[in-house]
Amino acid sequence: MTATTLVVDQSLKSGRRKGVGPTVFAVALWACLAIICAFLFFVLAVIIQKGLARFDLNLVTEHPSRLRPDTSGVKSALFGTIWIMVLTALIALPLGIAAAVYLEEYADNTRWWNRLIELNIQNLAAVPSVIYGILTLGFVVRGPLSIGAVLLAGAISLALLILPVVIITCREALRAVPSEIRSGSLALGATQWQTTWRQVLPSAVPGIATGSILALSRAIGEAAPLLLVGATTFLTFNPDGVFSRYTVLPTQIFSLVPLDRVEFRDLAYSTILLLIIVLLVMNALAIWLRNRYQRRW
Amino acid sequence: MTRSEQRTVSTEQRTTQGDSTPEKQVTIERSNTVAPVEGAPDGVITLKDLEVFYSDFRAVTDVNMSFGSREITALIGPSGCGKSTVLRCLNRMNDLVPGARVEGAVAYHGVDIYGEDVDVIEVRRRIGMVFQKPNPFPKSIYDNVAYGPRVTGMKVSDMDTVVERALRGAALWDEVKDKLKQNAFGLSGGQQQRLCIARAIATSPEVILMDEPCSALDPIATAKIEDLMVELASTYTIIIVTHNMQQAARVSQRTGFFTAEADEKGQRTGKLVEFDTTEHIFGNPSDARTEAYITGRFG
Repeated sequence: MTATTLVVDQSLKSGRRKGVGPTVFAVALWACLAIICAFLFFVLAVIIQKGLARFDLNLVTEHPSRLRPDTSGVKSALFGTIWIMVLTALIALPLGIAAAVYLEEYADNTRWWNRLIELNIQNLAAVPSVIYGILTLGFVVRGPLSIGAVLLAGAISLALLILPVVIITCREALRAVPSEIRSGSLALGATQWQTTWRQVLPSAVPGIATGSILALSRAIGEAAPLLLVGATTFLTFNPDGVFSRYTVLPTQIFSLVPLDRVEFRDLAYSTILLLIIVLLVMNALAIWLRNRYQRRW
Repeated sequence: MTRSEQRTVSTEQRTTQGDSTPEKQVTIERSNTVAPVEGAPDGVITLKDLEVFYSDFRAVTDVNMSFGSREITALIGPSGCGKSTVLRCLNRMNDLVPGARVEGAVAYHGVDIYGEDVDVIEVRRRIGMVFQKPNPFPKSIYDNVAYGPRVTGMKVSDMDTVVERALRGAALWDEVKDKLKQNAFGLSGGQQQRLCIARAIATSPEVILMDEPCSALDPIATAKIEDLMVELASTYTIIIVTHNMQQAARVSQRTGFFTAEADEKGQRTGKLVEFDTTEHIFGNPSDARTEAYITGRFG
């Protein structure tokens, strides 16, 4: 066996990696990320620092009050938010999932009307939330339905707001189910409905649940549409039904901030902290669901 | 054919082991709107002037062939020759492809399955399918096999027996009998494919279509599936698409050779070149193109 000398071609060592371009690009990307994170951490730090002052048990056990800002809380708003969240889910999820199933499993994409619906849903996701408030005000609070400024009206406006998002995320979850599962089921003589109900939907549940929770957490952070459909302030009772008057955390914050006494402002910061905690819990639940039930095909 | 003529098929008779399961009688109504295909030679499935289009594209044309009962028929040919397309016509799985259109006739016991009154669900229950890539459902092994009988509403007195028989039929029982409740994804590729075969035979079909069932498997798993096919052919009519010519030669009694030819516009349309006994196709093919393909000179 003859010995071979391994000659290293110098061109292998000094490629294009040596230039400054890639470094500059990487630094720019990091800078963008840093700016975003800095803002986020600044906001969080301020809220935690100022919010902790009034973050006590009174916050969730006392109703709002104009007279005793130092001991009052936002109990009615917290309960209102929970009511609204459940009611919004009950309205938006069945409608949204059903629409997604139709578009993904049944609709013939070669038909122009199905493509039109699809385009519309994507546009609806970008409509400002206050528009949904005006719509609900005109058609539900007053107008044809005239149910008044009650919990159900608030839930309807938020359900309309998150429907496009629910539909889009559910469609993505359905699309992630491999077509082999569908053809396997159909080839055994299952109907389209059996295939959807017994194979596709169960496989898509983790994705649907994650998307739904994220959409709901967007809904409970909204103030704009609810201001229009009658989320009142300083309510001293919890909602007792869908036709009850109500208030929610974001509108409570909205009405507390402009008040002149410093106690109100402290209360506002604590309420923001409470809302952020509620949102973080929901998002954590979504992440947990996704990781726990994620399926790799 | 008279309006009320009926054909009764006893699905349980075809399965090998007898047991206490009450015999299931399936009746095909032949109403006069479903035209019998003229001059169909006897065979379980007969194709007459079959043509398949995907929108404007003519994928396959001029296919005339007949699949004999309890035989293995292999469809071979180069990629893109339309053999899988033809196979997917036989249980109307091509319906799922948007824009797919079938002309000519696919006669199942003389009845055109593309006829107006035909229930596509019933067609697929009688003509089962095994796919290229093993596609078990994300369920337990037991539920995978029981799925077909459940969704098709088969009246079974004892699902456990049906599942066991199907798994035995697919030569998988001994390997999985202690883990029926485990997820099917835990099985090896070859076991998953045999599970898919068990799943297909659980609904007591008459015909099983196999679309390159071994192309995702290693040689040992392939050999097992091939042995299984030969065994199953005593009960079922099997039609297999394969790229593996040795496989076609080993297992099948009849072979159809397809090829695609470009027309003047450059569109490649698949055609059936030769259809004969496997012995004839591999020993003494009549067509020069068949000979060129099986001797490895093209494709």
